[in-house]
Amino acid sequence: MTTETSKSVSIVLTGSGGSGVMTAGSMLLDAAGRAGYYALMTRSSGPQIRGGEAAAMVRIATHPVESHTDRYDMLMAIDWQNVGRFAAEIPMDEASLMIGDPKGGERPEIIVATGARQAELPMREMAKAIEGGRPNMLVLGAVAKMIGLPDQAVTEVIERNLARKGQEAVDASIACVKAGSKAAAELPSIPQLSASETDSSRWSITGNQAAGLGAVRGGVRFVAAYPITPGTEVLEWLAPALKKVGGVLVQAEDELASVTQIIGGSFGGTPSLTATSGPGLALMMESIGLAVASETPIVVVDVMRGGPSTGIPTKSEQSDLNIAVYGLHGDAPHLVVAPTSLGDCLFTTQWAVHLAESLQTAAIVLSDQALGQSQAIIDRPADVAFLAKREIPAEVGEDFKRYAITASGVSPMPIPGMAGGQYTADGLEHTETGTPSSSDIDHSAQMDKRLRKLTDFNYGDHWADIDGDGETAILTWGSTSGPVSEALDRVRADGGDARLIKIRLLLPVQPEQFAAALEGVKRVLIVEQSHSGQFYRYLRAHYELPDDVQVFAKPGPLPIRPAEIVDRLANWS
Amino acid sequence: MDTNTASKPLTAKDFKSNVKPVWCPGCGDFGVLSSLTKVFAELKLIPENVAVISGIGCSSRIPAYVNSYGFHGVHGRALPLAIGLKVSRPDLSVIVTGGDGDGFSIGGNHFLHACRRNVDMTYIVMDNQVYGMTKGQASPTTEATWAKGKLTPGGPGINPFNPLVIALASGANYIARCSSGDPNGTAKVLAEAIAHPGFSFVQIMSPCVTYRPEQREWKKTARPSPVEATDDPARAARRLMSDDGLNTGPLYIGSRAPYQPELKASIENLAELEQEFVV
Amino acid sequence: MTAQEKPTSGSKTIATIEDLLAHARDMEAEAAERYDDLADQMEVHNNHEVARLFRKLAEIEAKHVAAVEAMGDGLDLPELKPWDHAWENESPEAPESDEVHYLMTPYHVISIALRHEKIAVDFFEGVVANSADPKLRETADRLADEERDHVKLLEEWLTRFPKPDEGWDHDPDPPNLQE
Repeated sequence: MTTETSKSVSIVLTGSGGSGVMTAGSMLLDAAGRAGYYALMTRSSGPQIRGGEAAAMVRIATHPVESHTDRYDMLMAIDWQNVGRFAAEIPMDEASLMIGDPKGGERPEIIVATGARQAELPMREMAKAIEGGRPNMLVLGAVAKMIGLPDQAVTEVIERNLARKGQEAVDASIACVKAGSKAAAELPSIPQLSASETDSSRWSITGNQAAGLGAVRGGVRFVAAYPITPGTEVLEWLAPALKKVGGVLVQAEDELASVTQIIGGSFGGTPSLTATSGPGLALMMESIGLAVASETPIVVVDVMRGGPSTGIPTKSEQSDLNIAVYGLHGDAPHLVVAPTSLGDCLFTTQWAVHLAESLQTAAIVLSDQALGQSQAIIDRPADVAFLAKREIPAEVGEDFKRYAITASGVSPMPIPGMAGGQYTADGLEHTETGTPSSSDIDHSAQMDKRLRKLTDFNYGDHWADIDGDGETAILTWGSTSGPVSEALDRVRADGGDARLIKIRLLLPVQPEQFAAALEGVKRVLIVEQSHSGQFYRYLRAHYELPDDVQVFAKPGPLPIRPAEIVDRLANWS
Repeated sequence: MDTNTASKPLTAKDFKSNVKPVWCPGCGDFGVLSSLTKVFAELKLIPENVAVISGIGCSSRIPAYVNSYGFHGVHGRALPLAIGLKVSRPDLSVIVTGGDGDGFSIGGNHFLHACRRNVDMTYIVMDNQVYGMTKGQASPTTEATWAKGKLTPGGPGINPFNPLVIALASGANYIARCSSGDPNGTAKVLAEAIAHPGFSFVQIMSPCVTYRPEQREWKKTARPSPVEATDDPARAARRLMSDDGLNTGPLYIGSRAPYQPELKASIENLAELEQEFVV
Repeated sequence: MTAQEKPTSGSKTIATIEDLLAHARDMEAEAAERYDDLADQMEVHNNHEVARLFRKLAEIEAKHVAAVEAMGDGLDLPELKPWDHAWENESPEAPESDEVHYLMTPYHVISIALRHEKIAVDFFEGVVANSADPKLRETADRLADEERDHVKLLEEWLTRFPKPDEGWDHDPDPPNLQE
C-alpha cells in the first residue's frame, strides 16, 4: 500500500433504489469541511422521481475548488444499476479505482473500458451484520479512511446530521463507518489528501442557498414562487428563512403570477424577488418589461438549465444569456448579472437587490444549474454593505411627479401610505406624472431617463472579476469560470500566464472598463457553455475585441473540464 | 378598514383624480367610477391607503381616474399584482378592477386562484361581453350567437363563461352582480364587498355603447334578485343554475378566513440564518 | 338586503325639513358634479360647444347647492348614504351616464337637463302630496317652485337650439384601436 498524497481527490459514489449515495456524499463533504478541507459535490441522477440511479461526484482539496477536475480517482458503487449512464460525466483512467459490491450486479462495460483498477467490498453483507446498518454509511467510512479524513470529523457529522433520528440510528451509522474504515485497509489504495489548513470557519452550502441568503441579506422580504428545476431550491430555502425575518413567500399559480406578484410587493415598498429557470423566465418576460417601464424594482434569479423548451432540466447550460439580455420587447434597459462562483451567488444576488432597488428597474441574476445545485465547502463569504436602498421622496408637494426627469434618471418613488404621493404606475408610456402618453417627446424623455439611470451609475470594480496579466485573455462568465480558473492555475504552474476576466455585470455593458481590462491583450479565448456561442456574440456586439479571437463554446449537459481549456490555450490555431 | 379611516370626511369628488377618462360618453364604466368613488367616501377611506390595481382594457384605465395609489399593469395580471401588494402590505385597502377579457380570458387562471387564495381584496369586473380596446372582438362572456365580432364571423359558437359560477366553485368569499345603470345600488354592494373580509368578487354589467349598443337595455332588464344572499354555497349554486344573468345584488356571502401570512420576525439577527451552513 | 328592498329603493319617505333639505342639497350637488364630468367627457371628445354648455349647467347647479344650504342655515342637515335617498337610483337632477353621446348637440343637452328638472319637480311635488306636515309641504313646494323656474328657463333655452336632423350621430370613421 502506497502513501501517495494529493492536494485534491475526486470520488464518485453511485447507487440506486434508496441506496443513499447522496446522503453519504453530503456527509463526506461536511466531514471534509470539519477537517479543514474545501470540497465540491455535484449530483447526477436518472429520470425517476424516487429509486433511480444516482451519482454523487465529490472533490475534496486543500484549496478552494470551484470546479471538478478532469478525472476521478475512485468510483464506489453500492450497485451497478444503469451506472453506465454517468460514464461521460465521470472520466476515469488506469490509475483510477472502481469498487463495487460483489452482489451489486454486473459492472457496466463502458465503465470497465476506462481501464480502471477493480476491487470488491461486500458492503451490503457487512451492513446487514450491523443492526440498523446501511451500506451507504459503510461506504462513507471506507472512503473517508481511504482518502485520509480523520475518523472524528466523520463521527461528528453523523452525530449532528442524524441526531433527530435518535441515538440508535447514530450508533448504527457509526458502527457502519467503523466497519467501512476497517475494511478500507484491505482495499487497493488511492491518493490520500495532503494535510489540511485548519482553523478558518467553513460553510457547506449550495449556490441556490447562497442566492437565497444573498437575497435576504440584501433586504428582500417578499418572494413569489413557482417550482421549476433547478431554480426551486432558491425558493425552498427562502420559504422558511423569510418567515423568520418577518417576510413572506407565496407559492403562486404559475410564473406569470409569481413575477407579477413581486411587482405588486415591490410597488408596496417591499424589496421583492422570484427565482425560476429558462421556461419560467420565458413566461415572465412580459412582466419584467412592466417592471422596467413602471420603474418598479424586482429581482429575478434564473438558474439556467439545458434548453430550448423543456430541454435538459437537470443539467447546466449558459444558454439563457440571449433571452436575459435581449428578450424584453421594446427598448427596455435592465440589469443582468451573473455569479462567478458558487459562493458568489450570495454576493451577486445581494448586489442585484441593491442595484434593482437603487435604480428602480428589473435585475435578472443568471445563475446556472452547476452553481445552483452543487454543494461546496467554502470559506464564509465576506459581509458586504449592499442593501436595498430605494430613493423615497422625503415629502411630496402638490406638483409631485412620480416619473420626474432627473439628472441621474432615478425619480423618487413614494410608497403607498405616503400622503400626497398617490400616482398610478403604468406600463403604458407616460408623462412625468404617470399619465399615459403617446407623444414623441414623452417617449424620448422617459426612455432616455430609464437608460441613463443604468448607464450613468457607478458599478465600481464589481462588473468583473479580473485576475492575472499577459497578452492572452480568457473571457468567461458563470459556472464556466470554475474550470477556466483551474486551467489557468495549471498554465501558471507551468510558467505561462494569461489574464482571466469573469464578467459579472452583463447589462448594462461597460465598454470603458472592458477596454481598460483588455489593455495590452493580443488574443482572446472566449469560453462558454452554449451551442450557438451566445456569450461570444454578445461580446462581439458590445465590445471591442482584438483580431485574434478563439471561441470554446460547448453546450451542456457535460461540464467543461480544465484540461479542455489548457488544451485550447496550448493549441492556439 | 379601521386604520384607514380619514379624520376629515372626504367626498366622492375627492376620490376622483384630475385625469379625464378616455371612455366613450355613454359608457357604463362612468357609472362604476362614480359608484367606486362614492363608496370610498362612504367607507371613509384615506386616498393614500387605497390601491386600485388593473390590467389592460377600457375598464382597466380606472386607477388613473381615482385619487389613490394605482397600478395599470399588463393584460390579465391585475390579480397577482394585487395579491403581492396586499400580502406584503396588509394595511392597505386593495381594489382590483378590469374587464371580462382581462379577467376571464388572458387572466382566467389568476381568477381561479385568487378566488381560492381568498386574500382580503375586492375584484370588480366591468363586464360588457366584448373587447373594446381592440375593436370589438368576442370575449369569454359573449353569447355564442353574437355575430358582430370580427374574429368570430357568425358568432363565437361556444357558450359563454359564467364568472359567478366559477367564483363560487373556486372559493370566493363574497359574490355579487350589479348593473352600472344602477350606480347607487352598485355602490351599496361595493361597500359591502370591500368591508367583507377575504376575496370579494363583483361582476358589474357595464354596457359598451360603441360595440354593444343593445346593452343599453340592461338598465331596464337588470333587476334586483328576488332572493336574499346566502352563506350556503350549495344554495348559491342552485340559484346560479337558473340564473339568466340579469339578477343583481349579492349572491353569496361566505365566512372563510382570508389568507394573510403573519409578517412577524422570529429572529433578531440575520446572522442566525447562517448557522445552518456552518460545518 | 332583504328580498323586498330594491338596492336603490325609493320607498323611503321624507318626514322632516332637515331630511328634505339634505335631499335637495344632495340632488343639486350630484347634478353639479355630473355636469362637470359630462363637460370633461365632451372636452376629451372635442365637442367643445356641448362641453361649455355642460360646464355652465354645472355652475348653475353649484349655485343651487349654496342656495339650499342657505335655506338650511341653523338646521342640522343629515349626511345620507348614496343609496339611502328617497329617490330611485341617483339624483333626479343628474343625467345618467348613458344619456350622452360624443356627437350630441346643445339641443340634446338642454333636452336632457329639462327632463331632469321635470323629474326634480315631480320629486318635490311628491313630497308635498305625501306629507301632512304644513311646514314640510311649504318647504317642498318652495323647492318645487325653484325647479319649475328652471324648467321654464330651459324651455326658453331650448327654443334657441334647433333639433338636429336625423343622422346627427353618424360617424363615417370606425372606432380606434387603442391597446
